[in-house]
Amino acid sequence: MIGLGLATVAIKAVGPVLLGGRQLPPQVLAPVRLLAPALLAALVVTQAFGSGRDLALDARAAGLAAAVAALLLRAPILVIIASAAVATALVRMFA
Amino acid sequence: MSAVDIVPAPAMVPTVRRGYGEGARAVAPMALAIAAFGLSFGVLARSAGLSPWAAVAMSATTFAGSAQFAAISVLAAGGSAVVAVGAGALLNARYAVIGLSAAPALRGPAWLRFLLAQLVVDESWAVAQTSEGVPDRERLIGAAFVLYVSHVGSTAVGAFGLGLLTNPKALGLDAAFPALFLALLRPYLLHRRTLTVAVAGAVLALGLTPVAPPGVPILAAAGAVLIGVSRP
Repeated sequence: MIGLGLATVAIKAVGPVLLGGRQLPPQVLAPVRLLAPALLAALVVTQAFGSGRDLALDARAAGLAAAVAALLLRAPILVIIASAAVATALVRMFA
Repeated sequence: MSAVDIVPAPAMVPTVRRGYGEGARAVAPMALAIAAFGLSFGVLARSAGLSPWAAVAMSATTFAGSAQFAAISVLAAGGSAVVAVGAGALLNARYAVIGLSAAPALRGPAWLRFLLAQLVVDESWAVAQTSEGVPDRERLIGAAFVLYVSHVGSTAVGAFGLGLLTNPKALGLDAAFPALFLALLRPYLLHRRTLTVAVAGAVLALGLTPVAPPGVPILAAAGAVLIGVSRP
């Protein structure tokens, strides 16, 4: 399992060691700025609906729905996270 | 339409307060969820046959919960160490791309950049985002410090059997992660270009989940930036 640690350390180090602190040229900066929405959206859907190599509609979907509702009500981030956890726990308790 | 045209883009993210303390505060709500998963990782690693020190060493070096759970579950199911490492490394492949995005914020000599690079995880990178499209260095370090202590500390508690056997899923804490990333995605949903990229990233990730190994769908979602760059 030390292998996974070493692999992860190396993967993480590549970008910052090779070009750390340098201003990225504009042609590179433009797509890099757009990485945040692309990857954040991918993290949302895979963590809400992914289950190994399957898609699943389970209690986490209720949590995500609660988070969306809290988001639309302009709730602070702590409330958004807490509503997702509470909704998911409640569905698991009663389903 | 060249990529250069979109550089003076409108502020995509509201101005965030900078500083180590701000980063730590921003990520604090997640420390509880991270700790619950660290605790259960420590327990699961023991039942998969790892020594307590090996479990802690894994959390200290890999510092990425999902990859660790993936590797442990392969081991627990009787898979080989090579397959376990491969599954975890694939899950972490997105950090090559995320590291590229964080690189401008990580100044200093090469050894320092190497160490700072290890602090970049989904949550610290996400809460450190600024309107310039480059994460804020101090927010990233402050957030990562809280996450690291929470992750490694709770793994130790679980691995040495000092904690109660908890099931974070019963508390709904697995749903805290998509909720955090959704909350951090909010400012990007207000502009057409970033909204398009977000939707494309989500569709790519969902579409690839049934056909690609875990981790690859998130990595492939990075390809969604091409839509944003090629469109006005």
